[in-house]
Amino acid sequence: MTTATIAGADVQVDDEGFLTDSTEWTEEIGKQLAENIGIELTDRHWEMLRFIRDDYAANGVTPGTRRVNASGGFPTKEQFELFPKKPQKKSAYVAGVPKPAGCV
Amino acid sequence: MTTVTEAAPIPTFGDEEETDRKLVIICSKGSLDMAYPGLVLANAALGEGIETHLFFTFWGFEMITEKTMDHIKFSPLGNPATHMPNFVMGLPGMTSFATHMMKAQIAGLDLPEVREFLELITDSGGHLWACRMSADMLQLEEKDLFDRVEGIINAADFIEIAEGAQTLFI
Repeated sequence: MTTATIAGADVQVDDEGFLTDSTEWTEEIGKQLAENIGIELTDRHWEMLRFIRDDYAANGVTPGTRRVNASGGFPTKEQFELFPKKPQKKSAYVAGVPKPAGCV
Repeated sequence: MTTVTEAAPIPTFGDEEETDRKLVIICSKGSLDMAYPGLVLANAALGEGIETHLFFTFWGFEMITEKTMDHIKFSPLGNPATHMPNFVMGLPGMTSFATHMMKAQIAGLDLPEVREFLELITDSGGHLWACRMSADMLQLEEKDLFDRVEGIINAADFIEIAEGAQTLFI
């Protein structure tokens, strides 16, 4: 565990740079994390990030692609457009939640 | 242990390495328990940004034939891992019962059924192919297959697609 300064705030991150306490996340941090991996956040990105964060807060589990599609209303194709190649891991990183643990 | 650093590490997500990693999965079985490994792995590979192809052959056609893909069954017969005697598992209705139980477990894990799984895979950029010889043997044409199957291809076409790929036979 490491304490790092992101967007002016001290937060806990793991070895890869994922936030380990999602409650430390702010929109400013989200912006910085997205910039770190070369993603410019649009309104649609924010909507998806909010869904992921709300779902994680409610269930304690990062939602997978299928759940983000079925419950969040973000078609799989769009998820790949918003967060190219690895939508699950990238969106989790920017949203400040753990990588999805499930297989699907 | 907590250490203090100035800058947070940034995950690379493997983006900088232009990978030509490719996965080909040959699906040759028509039972529920053998359908899922290929589907789960294909989906996982796509989520990792890996080019993925599924090639359906012989009994694997059950998974992509419109008539059968929503009715794939699990047979517990002759499967010691069920820990049930064969004379019980061979009784009428046991396949339906075991299928029902397995489907409930699959749904309980929030896994999609075969059709939805294939939709998820193709939406994620995966490719579905059907085997020419199996299609001829089973007397099936493209119109009989799930519409997301890109084509019925022969063995040579398949070998071409599989060039440089990691290949799994299931």
